[in-house]
Amino acid sequence: MTETLKISKLHVSVEGKPILRGVNLTIRRGETHALMGPNGSGKSTLGNAIMGHPNYEVTEGTIELNGEDVLAMDASERARAGIFMAFQRPMAIPGVKMADFLRHATTNVRNPRRKEGEELIPMRQFRKELTEKMDQLKMDVEFARRYVNDGFSGGEMKRAEILQMAMLRPKFAILDETDSGLDVDAVKLASQSIAQIGREQAEGEEMGILIITHHDKLLENNVPDFTHVMLGGRIVETGGVELAQELYTEGYDRIRAAYPDAAAADAEMQQTTAAV
Amino acid sequence: MATDLLENGTIGEINKYDFITPSHDVFRAARGLNANIVAQISEMKKEPGWMRDFRLRSLKIFESKPMPRWGGDIGIDFQDIYYYLKPTDQQGKTWDDVPQDIKDTFDRLGIPEAEKKYLAGVKAQFESEVVYGSLQEDLGKKGVLFTDTDTALRDHPDLLREYFGKIIPPEDNKFAALNSAVWSGGSFIYVPPGVKIEFPLQAYFRINAEQMGQFERTLIIVDEGAEVHYVEGCTAPMYTTESLHSAVVEIIVKKHGRCRYTTIQNWANNIYNLVTKRAMAYEDSLMEWIDGNLGSRLTMKYPAVYMMEPGARGEILSIAFSSKGQHQDAGAKVVHCAPNTKSRIISKSISKNGGRSSYRGLCKVEKGATGCKSNVVCDALILDPQSRSDTYPYIEVEESDVQIEHEASVSRIGEEQLFYLMSRGLSEAESSSMIVSGFIEPLIKELPMEYAVEMNRLIELQMEGSVG
Repeated sequence: MTETLKISKLHVSVEGKPILRGVNLTIRRGETHALMGPNGSGKSTLGNAIMGHPNYEVTEGTIELNGEDVLAMDASERARAGIFMAFQRPMAIPGVKMADFLRHATTNVRNPRRKEGEELIPMRQFRKELTEKMDQLKMDVEFARRYVNDGFSGGEMKRAEILQMAMLRPKFAILDETDSGLDVDAVKLASQSIAQIGREQAEGEEMGILIITHHDKLLENNVPDFTHVMLGGRIVETGGVELAQELYTEGYDRIRAAYPDAAAADAEMQQTTAAV
Repeated sequence: MATDLLENGTIGEINKYDFITPSHDVFRAARGLNANIVAQISEMKKEPGWMRDFRLRSLKIFESKPMPRWGGDIGIDFQDIYYYLKPTDQQGKTWDDVPQDIKDTFDRLGIPEAEKKYLAGVKAQFESEVVYGSLQEDLGKKGVLFTDTDTALRDHPDLLREYFGKIIPPEDNKFAALNSAVWSGGSFIYVPPGVKIEFPLQAYFRINAEQMGQFERTLIIVDEGAEVHYVEGCTAPMYTTESLHSAVVEIIVKKHGRCRYTTIQNWANNIYNLVTKRAMAYEDSLMEWIDGNLGSRLTMKYPAVYMMEPGARGEILSIAFSSKGQHQDAGAKVVHCAPNTKSRIISKSISKNGGRSSYRGLCKVEKGATGCKSNVVCDALILDPQSRSDTYPYIEVEESDVQIEHEASVSRIGEEQLFYLMSRGLSEAESSSMIVSGFIEPLIKELPMEYAVEMNRLIELQMEGSVG
């Protein structure tokens, strides 16, 4: 049976303010989903809620991975269960080298039952794999010795996120505006890398991918099987690749007109949650 | 009160051991502090008259000075302390007397058996004679003197008389006066002109190492163009039954000389650790203090560099980690007494589990010391709402042509950072431990390799909360 990430009737609040108002979304491994929508409509909130950010409070609904309750897991357990999110603005961890961080992360995700203090994956094996992946992403070896996201340019941060995805080989990956702040060449490289990583098989199956984006470039190499439009904290419409193209070229006016309730909710959210 | 000097039970031993031979002495001075006891200490050590007078004068100063009204709460009854114990007394302790949690920590740190016993105070002398004998010989050939301070007083009285108590006179502060009155042990190092010692010197290397004492007195003289790195203490918890430790460290770095003094101390939770450390740096010389403080009930320690001649530089790196019931009042002092001198202070403190860390620092530029530069950075990391951090920077500048920078930051361990690391599969404990090691990384990389490794492991243990 294909592994499935299933989100049902999900309601999420941040600091007591409702953002998501009943999201339904099912992603199977091997599928690529695009999630589009105006700024502040709740796309990143969905990602953070799936990943288990403690500030995103699920007030209703469920998230299940192959029938297992994801909401009962903390972020670390979700990562070990095979969920990954590439963040729009990843945190800097000064003093912690990329390589040390990644070696811990990779060990834990590949060996989910590892207890603290137990052996890490052998240095030689880890280093070989890391160098290969960094080559593919055209990253300098020096990168591994830098502190996590500390003083990284926008482009370097995004590439570092993709590198982490490549090392962790998740079952499901959420890419939150991985194309923002990148120049044309960098987006192209990112797009190709995501496609390549997605096709690499972890335990016999390809990755399930949820791409949050405003553009079409990232989708060039990752043609979505489904495109979802989020407005006012709900997915109001789902289509194929042609929907992504329409939204990219024509914007959200048709959507707003077609779903006045969601548009009203969206307008309200734009005012109250600008800071979220 | 001479009979008081002999504790019950040991009186019968006096005749068995001739107490002229110091290593067989089984005396300890009586509990409490007065001129008789101080004189007796000096007599037992067969010290020259000037040292005896110095001790007695220091005692008077100690008695006349009030307790400091700043820093932490010092709850010490000075009359309830033994001021002098011969190492032979402490040797009576056995491995079985050492508490299990201390032993466990030694195991987790992977400390070799012999070293464990030394650290736990079971053996007065580290079994290092064979290993370090050749090293000692090598140093000797170069004219380097490296011994405990009591031995130095016997063997090199002229050097001691010239420098002892000159950098930190007993008048300096109450605890320096106390140390001056009752000091015992500590290291003495003299490095002759132009001699550069390639490896860090450690107290273990001293063949005649006396037990880590309560009132250690260390004196280091780095002659012109000479270099030395001295490492004091270790990362393992110092197990001791005494509650007050008050050391004095004096260092002179002459023209073009370099000295680095590294301390990593991890005291048991009942210890008051009140230390005075000061160096005088002369023309174009460099003095560096690297100071790591963990554990203890209260630590008050502010390593100082006085830059006495043009071109002198002082650098102080300090890490403090305070947990439940602990107060680290640590910092640094730099005093620019000559033109074109430079100083840098980096202080990092971590407070956890209700612990309190304070940074207390002084940057002073004397009149006439033009063209000086000083850079102070102090960062505090607070791990939970119960913990506390304070910063007390004092800046006194009497010249206008100087460049003084001071940056301070206090951060709480960020939820966002924790979430980020956890979203990559690290557990919460691993994540906070990683954030903490990252925070102190700039200092750790200054430590000799084996200390850096131990320090990191120790921080991990502290973060797990499994070490007291």
